[in-house]
Amino acid sequence: MTDPATPTSGGAPAAAAGPAAAPELLVSSWPHVATPDTVPRIMHSVWLALLPACAAAAWFFGRDALVVIGVTVLGCVACEALFLRARGRSWTEVRAAALDGSAVVTGVLLALNLPAGSPWWMLLVGAFVAMFLGKHVFGGLGCNPFNPALVARVFLLIAFPAQMLTWSAPVDRFAQSTAERIAADMGELDGLTYATPLGKLKQTLRTGADPTQVARVRAQMREQHPTLDLFLGRHGGSLGEVSVLALLLGAAFLLLRRIITWHIPLSFIGATAAITTLAWALKPDVHVDPLYHILSGGLVLGAFFMATDMVTSPVTRKGMLIFGAGCGAITAVIRLWGAYPEGVSFAILIMNALTPILDRHARDRRFGEARRRAAA
Amino acid sequence: MMARTFRLGGVHPPEQKRLTEGKAIEILPPPRRVVIPMAQCLGAPAAPTVKPKDAVKAGRRIGEPQGFVSTPVHASISGVVKRVDLFPTSVGPRTLCVEIESDGADAWVDGVDPAAEAVDFSRPEAFLPALSDAGLVGMGGAAFPSHVKLRPPKDVTLDTLILNGAECEPYLTADHRLMIEHPREIALGLRILRAVLGVERAFVGIEDNKPDAIARMREALRGLDGAEVAVCRTRYPQGAEKQLLKTILDREVPPGKLPLHVGAVVHNVGTAFAAFEAVARRKPLVERVLTVSGRAIREPKNLRVRIGTTLDALIDRCGGVTEGLRKVIFGGPMMGKALRSLDVPVIKSTSGVLFFDRSEAVLVREHPCIRCGRCLGACPQGLCPCDMADLAENARYEDMADALDCVECGACQFACPGHRRLMHLIRLGKSEHRRLQQAKKA
Repeated sequence: MTDPATPTSGGAPAAAAGPAAAPELLVSSWPHVATPDTVPRIMHSVWLALLPACAAAAWFFGRDALVVIGVTVLGCVACEALFLRARGRSWTEVRAAALDGSAVVTGVLLALNLPAGSPWWMLLVGAFVAMFLGKHVFGGLGCNPFNPALVARVFLLIAFPAQMLTWSAPVDRFAQSTAERIAADMGELDGLTYATPLGKLKQTLRTGADPTQVARVRAQMREQHPTLDLFLGRHGGSLGEVSVLALLLGAAFLLLRRIITWHIPLSFIGATAAITTLAWALKPDVHVDPLYHILSGGLVLGAFFMATDMVTSPVTRKGMLIFGAGCGAITAVIRLWGAYPEGVSFAILIMNALTPILDRHARDRRFGEARRRAAA
Repeated sequence: MMARTFRLGGVHPPEQKRLTEGKAIEILPPPRRVVIPMAQCLGAPAAPTVKPKDAVKAGRRIGEPQGFVSTPVHASISGVVKRVDLFPTSVGPRTLCVEIESDGADAWVDGVDPAAEAVDFSRPEAFLPALSDAGLVGMGGAAFPSHVKLRPPKDVTLDTLILNGAECEPYLTADHRLMIEHPREIALGLRILRAVLGVERAFVGIEDNKPDAIARMREALRGLDGAEVAVCRTRYPQGAEKQLLKTILDREVPPGKLPLHVGAVVHNVGTAFAAFEAVARRKPLVERVLTVSGRAIREPKNLRVRIGTTLDALIDRCGGVTEGLRKVIFGGPMMGKALRSLDVPVIKSTSGVLFFDRSEAVLVREHPCIRCGRCLGACPQGLCPCDMADLAENARYEDMADALDCVECGACQFACPGHRRLMHLIRLGKSEHRRLQQAKKA
């Protein structure tokens, strides 16, 4: 099936008459030149693009953030190697594949989706689930229908809700641990300080028997989270979702490197913005403004880094637009009317399931098709 | 100047033209022996009309066409037929060829005047027979019999002739040099082809990385009504028939159709030059200009060589190959054919011979498809190469009707970061799908 080096037929034909003896010639189908880009290069670029978000996580959540990222990445790479070996690969192949960057990307993404105070055992369970249930049961790199990091995140969310929903506000100094921070916060205000902005929003709505009460708490909450704070990352949440600024820096790099295109992020954020704007316009007392929705929670992280995962998103432009819009719509619906405060993970996983059908039916226009036929 | 281009897909591989673009075409003297394959066009192979020990002159017909989509083959040197036998060629390991040993005289058959310059435009009806008799094929690499394209079916109306001087393949500079050194002959060839087709409008499409060729062709076309140079952006596959047509006329050839269905015919500039020689000099297609390049050849050159010249003569002329020789390609690196051995002759469609060393002929590790979609972004036909390759890998050839639209330009595989053998798989699927279709019909 492939065309490996095929030696010249027979001993030495006429070429032996020339100055050089008949050399072994490589025979393969055209093209005979290839892009210098490789799969590992793409994977390494993706985790490099997440470094600003990791740095922001360390800034806001202190040393715990680095521990979470480190343990999760090492766990993912180790599990990747383990499952490759278990699936009968040679050690050389295991080495090459484990270091091709794809496991690192999954590890970093999973870590950025977890709270800073995640216990180490939960990180290892997450890494195991990501690599096993998320990736290798389907056949490894390129074969998984769902984003492995999100499979693990949702697994952890269901299995360990207490640990997964314990947030802390940003720490005061790098060495302060998340546990200290939470203890320090416990006394403050109405006990909501360390919840994420979206978590508070959901809680307010849930207790919303009295409309004036809802409006008051909502206004107070918006005051606590001015737009600039949300943009920079000074609020509670999982490691990587807080700083929109850091995420956008990395996203710009991926766009410039042409690893992602604008289609999925734009349609994703656009759809969320459209639906939350509509809700806000109709009931401004109940719903918060769309800017709050865009800047809080995992929307930016999800739209630029998780929904754009090449393996689990459509390849056609049309498919990407539908995929992104679907993610955005489901996110908004869950946030506005669902039981969970945040819906980005669920939205992406649901749309992942639709990717094959989008690839098949949302085909892009072919050369010479329809639109031009009238002119011809 | 405003350079136009096509819209869908495309890639820009490193051009590598500097190795030869500044080098004037050298004439390789008639070699001691030639091996001339009977199968030199995309159609039925010719049937040999000579036998061993026959004395032949250059330009003598030695192969009769078999049917309409077939072309005659001519002796490219004068001498004696040594063997009519199976030889290894770029077409296959055992191809029917006529081997001629030179008598050193380089005598031409009667009627050929290799120095004639004038074309008699008062008798255009004589053009088409002259072109068919000369065994003209598309010189860009596909080798489709030219006379077939010049005799379109009655139900189509043509309005434009396009000469393809894009030369979008990296390394190749043969058309480039031909346009610089023989613009007058190409312009006359254009007038001949235009007369045969009965169209007024004509374009010469040239990529903007060849400003000198653009200037020379513009000069040569001055005063020629309806004919102009169309400057195209340097982008692969700018020189693919359908993409060139889209670029210049903004017409898209519908799937399964030919350029003539949208009113245009595309011929290579080399074919136009050969048309001039066939009409003005009564000279059949027995030689061509090609580029010898790559890092494993000591002195890259543009050469005019006789058809049937074996590679060793080319290598000798170009200072020999280096120790590092790893791959030999007939044509350009995007669509050229890798050769199994050096013992093969140059044929009508050989636009270049590339000698790649280890640094150029790299075997990259294949990675599984990560569905990055770059192959879709590169495909000028708007197809989904990764899916077609998956279907071929799973032997689902019956589902591969899309592959029939593939122009086999190789842009998808060039762009693939997993370095999958997409072209190999798609071509396999395409031919298997065709076979299944035919079996169903039968």
